[in-house]
Amino acid sequence: MTMSLIQFWSDLSPLAWFGLKFAQVAAFVLILSVLLAFLILMDRKVWAAVQMRRGPNVVGPFGLLQSFADLLKFVFKEIIIPSGSDKGLFILAPIITLVMAFLAWAVVPIAPGWVMSDVNVGVLYVLAISSLGVYGIIIGGWASNSKYPFMGALRSAAQMISYEVSIGFIILTVIFLSGSMNLTAIVDTQAGGFFNWNMFRINPVGEYGPLGLLLFPIMFYMGVMFFISALAETNRPPFDLPEAESELVAGFMVEYSSTPYLLFMFGEYLNMTLMCAMFTILFLGGWHAPIDIGVQFIPPVFWFILKCLFMFFMFAMVKAIVPRYRYDQLMRLGWKVFLPTSLAAVVIVSTFVVFLGGSA
Amino acid sequence: MLTVISFYLLAFVAVAAAFMVVAARNPVHSVMYLILTFFSAAGLFILMGAEFLALLLVMVYVGAVAVLFLFVVMMLDVDFVEMKQGFLSYLPIGALVAIVLLLEMLMVGAAYVAGETKTVVVRETGVSNLEAFGQVLYTDYAGIFEAAGFVLLVAMIGAIVLTLRDRDGVRKQDATAQMARTKETGMEMVDIEPGQGIG
Repeated sequence: MTMSLIQFWSDLSPLAWFGLKFAQVAAFVLILSVLLAFLILMDRKVWAAVQMRRGPNVVGPFGLLQSFADLLKFVFKEIIIPSGSDKGLFILAPIITLVMAFLAWAVVPIAPGWVMSDVNVGVLYVLAISSLGVYGIIIGGWASNSKYPFMGALRSAAQMISYEVSIGFIILTVIFLSGSMNLTAIVDTQAGGFFNWNMFRINPVGEYGPLGLLLFPIMFYMGVMFFISALAETNRPPFDLPEAESELVAGFMVEYSSTPYLLFMFGEYLNMTLMCAMFTILFLGGWHAPIDIGVQFIPPVFWFILKCLFMFFMFAMVKAIVPRYRYDQLMRLGWKVFLPTSLAAVVIVSTFVVFLGGSA
Repeated sequence: MLTVISFYLLAFVAVAAAFMVVAARNPVHSVMYLILTFFSAAGLFILMGAEFLALLLVMVYVGAVAVLFLFVVMMLDVDFVEMKQGFLSYLPIGALVAIVLLLEMLMVGAAYVAGETKTVVVRETGVSNLEAFGQVLYTDYAGIFEAAGFVLLVAMIGAIVLTLRDRDGVRKQDATAQMARTKETGMEMVDIEPGQGIG
């Protein structure tokens, strides 16, 4: 139905096709934003529950409308721009963060065929766009022309670059096993049940036969490392050094108020959801059901959202129960533990694929 | 039609941003324009159908190299007045480099028009960008590719050797030693006599 509609419009004129795409993107952005409002609430509720508090519970039933109340409050406050700041870049920084966070979603497949742009180099695209997210933080920190934001920006830049390297290598192992950089293809190679997911490769009759079981510990460990790197990449606790409130107040966001601050926070949560989606796609089989028998009546998008929500819950739990890392420990973990381990995994997995794999 | 418009738009932005890299007063702004140039170049690559190369350009140059540029430029305390004073004395060298570059570009262009250039032959058509790259890079050009890798390795080791100094009297952390501490090695029980303190 939708395909024929797109065909119809693109036959009509390129401008109409452009309009249709634009409407699609607008709808996607709107849905994602509303979902995110509830995810932020979930984050706060989980955090509160771990600390035996109630969390937000005043606005709307169970506090469900808290995020919307916050939105109104943020938007109606005055935007304060420090007089010593670089005004253009100061405003540009939060916009970059938000736009980059939304851009990456263009290639994320949510269900069979439900993807804005099914490009061949989808993984690379996500990596490239998420590596641009660091600009919002550096520019924001520098344009504020103030000490704390600058320190926060420097920390954040070093941190994000360090963990991007290991994330790249981890994703490389998944690409080797799938034989494709297309996200839809990566999800489809994990069909059939949870024992085919990259995180739990315990299928003795799979592509590589019984020897394929040897991949299970490696890929499981890669999954864990990807999760930890994702925490560091999105500046979430326990790696929230750029905004460590005990040392840097709010890090690169110190001078930001009102709507620009809202954009920063929104972009950050959006990046988190993107990482949840990427984890789901790369390691948890995307939209495929854990067991393939008797659940065909459930739409695939349900599984995708369920897995994303689970990953988001993990993010929230980590924030609630793990104390913050010290900065040198963070760097040590990134360069001296994750980088060699993921490099070794790349060598092992690629050897595996070359000598035992028939299809790849 | 859309492709042509996009090409001219991207090309214009690329050239204008490249000009602003030189013209901008603030070095941080210069780096920003440089990033814009890289980005527009990536857009041009995509228009040519080289999506892999485009994303690699964004990832490596915009995502890593330009971040380091920005890092260095932000940390430096640049004095603008001093920079402007040196402008005239550096002008002859700058002009020389510019003229040589222009001549080289003209010669390449002339050779291309004369049809004397050698193009890389792609073995198979209908394969994705990435596979086409792999087929050429790891067969015909494997030696050069590995040599380039070695050059980078040497540069990296050189940078580390130049900056790594073993200084005395610096307290360093040893993570293994910290982890290996037990209750017995990390704690000492002392019986303190009243009024004595710990010697």
